[in-house]
Amino acid sequence: MIAIYKRELSSYFNSMIGYVFIAAMVFFTGIYFMAYNIFNGMPDFSYCLMSMMSILMFTVPILTMKSMAEERRSRTDQLLLTAPVPLWAVVVGKYLAMVTVFLIPVALEAFCPLIIAANGEAHLLSDYATLLAFFLMGCVFIAIGMFLSSLTESQIIAAVGTFAVLLLLFLWEDLMSFLPSALSNVLSVFAFRTVFYNFAQYQVFDLSGLILYLSMAVLFVFLTIQTLLRRRWN
Amino acid sequence: MIEVRSLVKRYGRHLAVDHLDFTVEDGQIFGFLGPNGAGKSTTMNIMTGYIGATEGDVLVDGHSIYQEPELVKRSIGYLPEQPPLYLDMTVEEYLGFAAGLKRVPRGERREQVDHVMEMTGIFGVRGRLIRNLSKGYKQRVGLSQALLGFPKVLILDEPTVGLDPKQILEIRTLVRELAKSHTVILSSHILSEIQEMCDHLLIIHHGKKVAAGAPAQLEWELSGVPALELTVRAPETAARAALTGLTGLRGVEGVPCAEEGCCSLRLEQENGCDLRGAVSAACAGAGVPLLELRRDVMTLEDIFLRLTAEDPPAPEREDGPVEEEEKPEEEEAGEP
Repeated sequence: MIAIYKRELSSYFNSMIGYVFIAAMVFFTGIYFMAYNIFNGMPDFSYCLMSMMSILMFTVPILTMKSMAEERRSRTDQLLLTAPVPLWAVVVGKYLAMVTVFLIPVALEAFCPLIIAANGEAHLLSDYATLLAFFLMGCVFIAIGMFLSSLTESQIIAAVGTFAVLLLLFLWEDLMSFLPSALSNVLSVFAFRTVFYNFAQYQVFDLSGLILYLSMAVLFVFLTIQTLLRRRWN
Repeated sequence: MIEVRSLVKRYGRHLAVDHLDFTVEDGQIFGFLGPNGAGKSTTMNIMTGYIGATEGDVLVDGHSIYQEPELVKRSIGYLPEQPPLYLDMTVEEYLGFAAGLKRVPRGERREQVDHVMEMTGIFGVRGRLIRNLSKGYKQRVGLSQALLGFPKVLILDEPTVGLDPKQILEIRTLVRELAKSHTVILSSHILSEIQEMCDHLLIIHHGKKVAAGAPAQLEWELSGVPALELTVRAPETAARAALTGLTGLRGVEGVPCAEEGCCSLRLEQENGCDLRGAVSAACAGAGVPLLELRRDVMTLEDIFLRLTAEDPPAPEREDGPVEEEEKPEEEEAGEP
């Protein structure tokens, strides 16, 4: 697992993808931070992160699109799957590498509340709680992207598919209002945006929401493993 | 010892490997021979644990690849048809990664990577990106990867395909060198290669075993009763007349002859008969000058062609073109 993790991580920085992802995240954080917190003097960095949610929907597919699809296209999966390494270790190694790349812009964002605090009133506790929720939400997005990448050999299809699924999740609450209430009550469990807005907008520490995020991330990593297993036996 | 037990692989309704059974003894160079799409790669992919079999099992030293995959995979080095290379890595980085993947202890990695690079002659390109290497070098990097961890068994899928004649010779020499300390299983659709390198071979066709054994033994067993071919300086009718009545002669057939005033005949003999003496005596008795008489022994190539020429029963074939057998995954692939 460690060998795969290291190789994946270095491959993100041997190619442009890792840099493009980090640059895009940092660039847009900078824009929103400037607009909300510096220019308009808002004390909450969480508003900036709220806007970053939509940016994350665009950038995560770029990060995840090649994770599984490219291995399959170039047949390097033959090396991974015939090595004395269990399948879950291959998938988890790759997943953790992507999470590590995502952790870099998140770590840089962690400085922003400190900048606010240095210049006046700041709500550090709620800002960092929101950052935690933002990070876990990104982990779910990455797991979804990796799952879709495992379904296809084409990076483009993986990226577009991931974006479509993330957009659907973003619009989930709005879509629920069109469904009969019995159905929407059940399905609104997956209200991703509400969980995040609880943190960012209302400064509520939504523990059940964080559990939802964690379990969704685990679910999609698990589904990725199952997809690869199924392909082996079909 | 590797035992393959009634292996079946089905892709939908298509049968890629059909109840394949064979055993590879330790220290053998075992050749897999078959036309394109015979199920060679599929079988190798199953033996290395890349894909699962529909039925059957593969045992390496008594351990099943399904029950103890990690143990078995440790003892197998695999070079697939297309070497599994990360093009954005240098040779050294790639082999370092592969060594980690194969659980080579951290302290020995450096040394082992250097050692396999020496063996395959890629030490000089160790710092170059794999993307920029020629096909022959890429093949050798793939082979180095298979050697890491020094597994007992090496499975090489068409190791010489796409290489130039000099590289083919080099790879062959290397494989022969490796066979001294490893069991080597290699596949090819080129007969001469298998014949030259292997001491045991298995011919498969449409996923079925059609023949197995040492090359010389196969030639002997499968060629059956050799036919005789003779050329005489006489019209064909006279020659046929001279030969009628020989006991053990099953049939006479005219074959084209280039020489003026001569004719050539092909004689089928009954089992266990050698008519060469009788034929020469009969010709002499009838006053027909015998110019040439030879036994038409089947070569391995004739056997291979004969065994793989017959079409299998129709239902298996209707499902799709034969080429799809080797690359089934690509059916569902979407390209942008």
